[in-house]
Amino acid sequence: MISHVNGPGRSGSQPQGEEALLPALQRQVGTQALDDLDRQLLNALQDGLPICERPFQDLAARLDISEAEVVQRIQALLRARVLTRFGPLYNVDRMGGAYVLAAMSVPEEDYERVAHFVNLQPEVAHNYRREHTLNMWFVVAAETPEKAEAVCRYIEGVTGLGVWRFPKEREYFVDLRLRV
Amino acid sequence: MDETDRRIIRATQSGFPLTPRPFHAVAAQLGIPPGEVMSRMARMQARGIIRRIAGVPNHYALGYRANGMTVWDVDDEAVDALGEGVGRLPFVSHCYRRPRHPPAWPYNLFAMVHGHDRAEVQAYALEIARLLGDACRAHDILYSSAILKKTGVRLGV
Repeated sequence: MISHVNGPGRSGSQPQGEEALLPALQRQVGTQALDDLDRQLLNALQDGLPICERPFQDLAARLDISEAEVVQRIQALLRARVLTRFGPLYNVDRMGGAYVLAAMSVPEEDYERVAHFVNLQPEVAHNYRREHTLNMWFVVAAETPEKAEAVCRYIEGVTGLGVWRFPKEREYFVDLRLRV
Repeated sequence: MDETDRRIIRATQSGFPLTPRPFHAVAAQLGIPPGEVMSRMARMQARGIIRRIAGVPNHYALGYRANGMTVWDVDDEAVDALGEGVGRLPFVSHCYRRPRHPPAWPYNLFAMVHGHDRAEVQAYALEIARLLGDACRAHDILYSSAILKKTGVRLGV
């Protein structure tokens, strides 16, 4: 079982300030630190829980542990950054909003500064450095397509760099589940 | 979607309260009856506004260290049928059609592939190439070398 790998976390709430701890996201938490129950839990949690009074009840019964232990293990997995989030996964498309994949070609000497600024925008849901001339790829998720466009323009205005827009024209498949 | 739905979204988009009865905790926080929180969230899930109530893993932590965005220049006539096929491959987590920006960016099909190492990603890309056949003129794989941000959707709804 994963225990307090990254120091004390606040119980009952999820880790905040993800930006400050990003290097931790790239560290491979030795999968050997995960026990069999953690693995089963990770697989089940990716599939989703029911909306009901005690959503952990069935899962706990299947794993033959208490609901409190399920919750405690989820807390530990969040603290260890094995899970980055736990909760409802919202789809802004279905709220009338838009996802725009955006890319920039950022000079190396400005990279950190630009990344910091881009990440400050709350509409930027995630951001990856990629090995390409277009070396920064981020997703803008906004309540309306206009708002997403405004965010891209704002980033262009402040950084002086072009933002390449790759709005989704058609979705063939989305479902990231990694088996452990 | 009304203001109450928006309050529920604001209260839960960065994560769920970690207690055995999380919907009750959200209800207490918002001063809404638990039954109403659950029925509203069930309705949002039925409408696809909530994909599911789930955990999002950090793929690096699980040993998936090679993350390749594979991009393909596929014939416009064939891309939709082929895109569906690529999306059905078990190792593809996201698959979209997106606009080209020629000449620098001729690619219109994007398929995200996760592997334990780059060799695994390359083997997967080869399978995609085989499926696309002659309809594909060019492709590239953009590996991620750093996660700069991964917070998920945050709306000021």
